[in-house]
Amino acid sequence: MKAKVHITLKNGVLDPQGKAIENALDHLGFHGVNDVRQGKYIELQLAETDAAKAEAMLKDMCEKLLANTVIENYRFELVA
Amino acid sequence: MLWHGDATLPANLDLIVIPGGFSYGDYLRCGAMAAHSPIMQEVVTFAKHGGLVLGICNGFQILCEAGLLPGTLMKNHHLKFNCKPVHLKVENTKTPFTSEYHAHQVITVPIAHHDGSYYADDETLSAMNDRGQVIFRYCSPEGEYHEYANPNGSLQHIAGVTNKRGNVLGMMPHPERYADALLGGTDGKAVFSSLKQSTISA
Repeated sequence: MKAKVHITLKNGVLDPQGKAIENALDHLGFHGVNDVRQGKYIELQLAETDAAKAEAMLKDMCEKLLANTVIENYRFELVA
Repeated sequence: MLWHGDATLPANLDLIVIPGGFSYGDYLRCGAMAAHSPIMQEVVTFAKHGGLVLGICNGFQILCEAGLLPGTLMKNHHLKFNCKPVHLKVENTKTPFTSEYHAHQVITVPIAHHDGSYYADDETLSAMNDRGQVIFRYCSPEGEYHEYANPNGSLQHIAGVTNKRGNVLGMMPHPERYADALLGGTDGKAVFSSLKQSTISA
């Protein structure tokens, strides 16, 4: 099964990289762009075929490594 | 010296030091993958039994990722790699890492990092302050806290912290790089002489 994981910063955590992107977009002429927040997207293939087991495994992977839950949220979807 | 792939620690260790560097190329997050190295399980057990652990720079990042210290280190707010001597105030001298400093002493120690901005949520910061877990803060030469004296945007100018128990310290500045006059300064030496004192009297 293919898994798609989105990792984003929690609200209230400052994102200077997002701010730098926002400024660069403005310099390029894209005005009215606000609150840019940069996150991560990770794709992976799981050998597990049982959806419930795959979900449990993904949650564990996110909690233990893929996301730093002090500052990040995560969500994922499984694609058959 | 131990390697991340080692599985066991030697017996009768007094102190473990996790040095700076770029473990795993800072991929995913600084220290995230190193925190799961085989040797780290032993380090966690050592710390849980009260053993002294010092993490410097990437070592601090690894200790946070391993859950041995609260909070985390994020990219410097100005997005540049910052490499220069900074002033720190020693906030708490009642620790095995800082007993040889005087209370509120202002010291000079170099930093060299891209991801040194300390973050913890308000509740955690409040508890840490109450318990004396903030050990070093960035300050001006006069010992005052200002945005201009904070080289990376760390919340509350935090440069180094301990865990609740006080046996694990993480700090972004490099005391080992100012521990000999030949290196340009000796203010960092007292971290090691404090540790030496505490292991002698233990």
